[in-house]
Amino acid sequence: MSDIEKTKEDINIDDFLFDGDEVQEIEDLREIDERDKKNLLMAGIDLEEKERSGTFLHINHSKAHCKTCTPGVEVLDIKEALDKYDSLPEYYWQAVDPKKDKYTQAVFEKLHGGYFIKTEKGAKIDKPIQSCLFIKKDKVGQNVHNIIIVEEDSELHIITGCSVAHDVKAALHLGISEIYIKKGGKLTFTMIHNWGPEVHVRPRSVCIVEEGGVFLNNYILLKPVKSAQLYPTIYLNGTGAVSTSNSILVAPPGSYLNVGGRMILNAPETRAEIISRTITTGGTIVAPGHIQGNAVPVKGHLECKGLILKDGTIHAIPELEGTVAGVELSHEAAVGKVAQEEIEYLMARGLDEDEATSTIVRGFLNVDIMGLPPELKQAIDQTIEEAGEDMF
Amino acid sequence: MLQIQDLHVEIRGREVLKGVNLSIEKNETFILFGPNGSGKTTLLMTIMGFSNYKVTKGKIIFKGHDITYAPTYERARLGIGMSFQRPPTINGLKTRDLVRLCSRGRKIDVGLLAKKVNMEEFLDRDINQGFSGGEIKRSELLQLMAQQPKLLLFDEPESGVDLENMALIGQVAKELLGQGLQPSPEASMKKLKQLREVSGLIITHTGYILDYINADRGMVMYNGRLCCEARPRDILEHIRKYGYKECVRCLI
Repeated sequence: MSDIEKTKEDINIDDFLFDGDEVQEIEDLREIDERDKKNLLMAGIDLEEKERSGTFLHINHSKAHCKTCTPGVEVLDIKEALDKYDSLPEYYWQAVDPKKDKYTQAVFEKLHGGYFIKTEKGAKIDKPIQSCLFIKKDKVGQNVHNIIIVEEDSELHIITGCSVAHDVKAALHLGISEIYIKKGGKLTFTMIHNWGPEVHVRPRSVCIVEEGGVFLNNYILLKPVKSAQLYPTIYLNGTGAVSTSNSILVAPPGSYLNVGGRMILNAPETRAEIISRTITTGGTIVAPGHIQGNAVPVKGHLECKGLILKDGTIHAIPELEGTVAGVELSHEAAVGKVAQEEIEYLMARGLDEDEATSTIVRGFLNVDIMGLPPELKQAIDQTIEEAGEDMF
Repeated sequence: MLQIQDLHVEIRGREVLKGVNLSIEKNETFILFGPNGSGKTTLLMTIMGFSNYKVTKGKIIFKGHDITYAPTYERARLGIGMSFQRPPTINGLKTRDLVRLCSRGRKIDVGLLAKKVNMEEFLDRDINQGFSGGEIKRSELLQLMAQQPKLLLFDEPESGVDLENMALIGQVAKELLGQGLQPSPEASMKKLKQLREVSGLIITHTGYILDYINADRGMVMYNGRLCCEARPRDILEHIRKYGYKECVRCLI
C-alpha cells in the first residue's frame, strides 16, 4: 500500500467525541424525525417493523430501541447481555483480537453498546432481524460491539443498516462484530452502509463457522463516505461449512473505500466464494480478497470486477493461498470500463448511449443473488437508480 | 426503403467494402451470398452503424433519411433491426427486461412473444448467459418481435441451429418479414400488406432459410463488391454446383 493510501486511512481518534451522547429510548420507531427516516429506509430499516422479527437501534452512545417479538431469537443490548450471561466468556473478544489495531483497542477500552443476537437451537426465524447503528450528532465517535450466535440447526437473517442524521457532517464509527455459527446453523447477514460524505468507518468483523454451517455475507455501499475500511475474516472450521460473500460498492468522488474480505478454509469439504462488484465514479476503491485453503478437499473462488466509469481508481488485490496439496482455489479479476460491445448491442435495440450504459451498470450492480426481502430490494434498486443519475 | 450508393468501408485501416451499390424496396426480401471474409457481415454492421466500421465514401439512405453517419440507436428507432450472430452476455440484465426495452414503451405481452419462440424459461435468465446457438437465435428473434423493425438484418439464421430449431426460426423470421399473412374479416390481404411494410436483408451460406421465407432477389458479395444478381434459388444452385469461381470472372 502506498504512503498516500496509508495517510488517507489513518484517522486521529481524538478528533471525535466519545462521551456524553446517551439518548432517550424511542418506544415507537415511527416517532423518528422525518428527515432521518429516509436515511434509515435506505439502510434497510423497516420503521413499521411489520416484516421483521425484531429491531435493535443504537444512536450515538447508547441503545435507543430494542424489541423482539419472535420466539426462538433473543435480541439484547450488548451491555445487558454481558450482565445477563456473566460477560459471555465464550464469545466476548474471543474471535477478534482486542489489540488488532488502535480502532479495535478503542472499542475494547470504551464500549458504548451494540447488539447481541442469539437464536435457540433449531429455531428457524423467517423474518429478518433488523439493526441500525445511527449517528445523530456532529463529531461523534461511536464504539459498538456486536455478537451474533446462531445455535445448532437454526436459521436467521440479519439486516444491519448504518446511517447518520441528515445534519451530521463528520463522524467516526468503530464496530466490532463477532459472529458464531454453530453446527448446521445458517446466517444471512446483510449490511447496508448509508453514511455521509465526511464520515469515517472502521468495522472489524470475524465469523467462525462450524460443521455444516452456512454464512451468506452481503455488503452494500452505494452512498458517499469519507473512508471505509472493512476486511471481515471468516473461518470455516467445521467439515462442510460454506460461506459466500457478496459486496456491491460505489465510490463517488471523495470516497475512499478499502473493502475486501478473507476466508480461511480449515476443514475438509468447505467452500468459500467472495464476489465483489465495484464501480467508481471518481473515488478510490481498494478491493483485497484472500482465500486460504488449509485442508482438502476444499474449494474457493474469488471474483472481483470493477468498472471505472470516468475517473477514479480501482485496485483489485485477489490473493489465493493453498497450504496443502489438493486445494482448488481460483480467481477472476477485471478492472475496466463498460464494454463497448454491450453498449452497441443495446443501442441496436434503440437505447441511446446513456440509457445503454445505465442499463448495463444496473445489471452489474444486481443484488438478486443476495436473497433480500422485496421491499428492501426495491429500496436498493431505487438507490442505485438515484446513484445512476449522478454517474453519467 | 434502403439505398446504398458506392459504399466504401474500412475496418482498422483496411478497406473491406469497395463500392457497394444496393437497393431494397418495401416488402422486398434480399439475400446476400458470398464466401467467408467477403464483406457480408461488414455490410450489415455498417448499415447498423457500429463503431469499428468506418465509411470512407458513399451513402446509406433509409426511408429517405441519410443515415450514413447516424448513431446506431437512431437507425434502430427509424426501424432497422438486426439479429446478432454472437451477441454479448450482459450480466444482471434479464432477457425479459431487455425484451421490454426493445419495445420502447409500446405495449407488448412478453410472455406470449416468448412462447412463440419457446423462450419462456429464459426470460428470467441473464441475456445470452450460456445460451446455445439455437437459443441465441430465438432470443434475438424475441427481441426483434418486440422491436418490430421495418428492415430486418439477419446474419446467418441457420448457423449453429439444429433442424427442429431451424423450422421455428424460419417461421418466426417469415412472420417478422410480414410474410404468410392470413386473410381476416377485418382487413383485406391488400390492406394487411400495406399495414406491414417490412423488408429484409439476409445473409445465408446454406440457403436453408429459403425453405421458409419468400426471397425476391439475391446477390453475391465477393471481395467487397456485389455481383451476379439473380433469383436467390438460382444463385444457390449455381454456388452448390460451381462454387464462387464464376463470381470472380463476372467481377473482372
